[in-house]
Amino acid sequence: MTTTMAQALNAALRDALKDDDRVLVFGEDVGTLGGVFRVTDGITADFGEERCFDTPLAEAGIVGFAVGMAMGGFRPVVEMQFDAFAYPAFEQITSHVAKLRNRTRGALSLPMVIRVPYAGGIGGVEHHCDSSEAYYTHTPGLRVVTPGTAQDAYDLLRDAIESPDPVVFLEPKCRYWSSEEVTFTRSGPAIDQAVVRRHGKDVTLIAYGPMVATALETAEAAKAEGWDVEVVDLRSLSPFDDETVTASVRRTGRAVVVHEAAGFGGYGAEVVARVTEQCFHQLHAPVLRVTGLDIPYPAPKLERHQLPDVDRILDTIARLQWNDTPVVAGA
Amino acid sequence: MSSETLLPSATPVRFVAEDGSRADEHGGYGEPTGDRLKEAYRLMVLGRRFDVQATALTKQGRLAVYPSSAGQEACQVAAALTLETRDWLFPTYRDSVALVARGLKPGEVLTLLRGDAHCGYNPVETRVAPQCTPLATQTLHAAGLAHAMQRRGEDAVALALIGDGATSEGDFHEALNFAAVFKAPVVFFVQNNRFAISVPFEKQSAAAALAYKGVGYGMRSEQVDGNDAVAVLAVLDDAVKHAREGKGPVLVEAHTYRIDAHTNADDATRYRDAEEVAKWREADPLKRLETFLKSRNLLQDTEIERFAAAAEVFAQSVRDTLNTEPELDPLSLFDHVYAEPTPQLRRQRAALEAELEA
Repeated sequence: MTTTMAQALNAALRDALKDDDRVLVFGEDVGTLGGVFRVTDGITADFGEERCFDTPLAEAGIVGFAVGMAMGGFRPVVEMQFDAFAYPAFEQITSHVAKLRNRTRGALSLPMVIRVPYAGGIGGVEHHCDSSEAYYTHTPGLRVVTPGTAQDAYDLLRDAIESPDPVVFLEPKCRYWSSEEVTFTRSGPAIDQAVVRRHGKDVTLIAYGPMVATALETAEAAKAEGWDVEVVDLRSLSPFDDETVTASVRRTGRAVVVHEAAGFGGYGAEVVARVTEQCFHQLHAPVLRVTGLDIPYPAPKLERHQLPDVDRILDTIARLQWNDTPVVAGA
Repeated sequence: MSSETLLPSATPVRFVAEDGSRADEHGGYGEPTGDRLKEAYRLMVLGRRFDVQATALTKQGRLAVYPSSAGQEACQVAAALTLETRDWLFPTYRDSVALVARGLKPGEVLTLLRGDAHCGYNPVETRVAPQCTPLATQTLHAAGLAHAMQRRGEDAVALALIGDGATSEGDFHEALNFAAVFKAPVVFFVQNNRFAISVPFEKQSAAAALAYKGVGYGMRSEQVDGNDAVAVLAVLDDAVKHAREGKGPVLVEAHTYRIDAHTNADDATRYRDAEEVAKWREADPLKRLETFLKSRNLLQDTEIERFAAAAEVFAQSVRDTLNTEPELDPLSLFDHVYAEPTPQLRRQRAALEAELEA
């Protein structure tokens, strides 16, 4: 059936709650209101306050409380409401959620999911549009995933809830309302696998989350330039699926990494380094990045200049030494 | 609950004065039995000896660091004694003596401080959370776990130990609020030892007592003389009972003092004068309990000698344990990062293995 990403996430939560009594959903506004993005819409009404409930407004509190509940045998799925609102919980996430299994040498695990609606493109005011993936992917012990499609939203969230490891689940806000055909059977790839969304032979676009759709649009537009573009959707940012990514780049010989977050010290740098190390001899050109600017996320009326778009990605593809012209360092 | 029923006693609850004589600020609490007090005394003697031994081993380089709790034995032992086997204890780095009193082996307790691993015991089997180094973060875990146990119908309580400095952290306040809202069976036990490393309590908080912090969250709160083992046990027993009966969380502040420096890396003479330390040495919880028990004919000289001798044997076992360096497997670094090692970790493990064989 045709479903939005927000509805697919709602279905994933419902199915997980149905299948496993230990699963609990909590956070600020997730109960009666159904979440500010309605991802938890109707869940309290259908499953009761025992299973889906509102908490005091305190992100460290929500995550720290979830740590204790996971220690006590539950599988909490908590919501951080907005990317930058999760920062008060950062210590809990990095010092405890990520490390408890390691600190206790496997005696305690934390099967919990931290849902973080992230990234921009929705005209949100400041502190509502951060792309915070690099903070989490830099932390060993966490799994970090992000769906680019409604189908993946369902599949990945189900997998995340069943994961024995804690998962930071990054939801691209700007895709919440995009619809597609979704089957609620989890037929897609597993949580730690990247996927080739579109096959092409000239260049690999590596994208994730909100940029998957933009990358696919770019691939269509690139036909006019005579470029056959392959699109890899990473899905799992940590752990990283080297196999799928390097196989693609070895086939095409060119790669561009696209993400919304600031480029400096960003997640794309890791991808570029890995691809360069593993595909150096097959590359026709340096691996390039198209990222957000190295600025705090701008005010809504200026965000179009921040976000990578089709034109900017096409311009970058054009620089990939198609005619033996050397690549000049980018912005 | 009306705020009057939440308010702590006007002065810290106290059963025994500094000279070991009877004090009458009971705040309505019942006195623990003589057997229980004698057991507390035995464990305090053991704890004091353990603390002295661990401090000495740090000077010999056997431990990377040891944060002493000398002077806080009444709090340390009461925290362990008040809990049943099924209850959870959430200690900080300074609460090693509480773990000894809980029955953990010295080698397990000192694993963290020796630098062998982050936690030397199995938290699930012992129901003791890993000793927490970040401040106040474990208070939320205690609240969450207490709530989880309550939901599962378990008749168990969580007790979180914290210092005065940690009460300034946001997590402390969020934990109090969550625990009170969810009526979680948790006891927050603040050992106000007057210093957060070098910062005195006066610069830490403007509150008349930290015990008042609970009232604003709708939580029953109490303050107690932390160097009076009788009072600490009486108050904690009651707090645990209150939580266990489903009446909600309790905040207890014990007024005590850290006799030694923060750790061996700290020079306490830079921030407090000898006179102050000497005054608090006089308030020694061990001596105070001994005098009190003897005066009431609950403790004989032969028993005192027996406990001291047992503590010496224990200290010897601590030395023996610490004198044997365990073999650490470098490849275990890759265990328990994730349930299954990631491809990246498998490659790094192979690389380290090759490095070790080279």
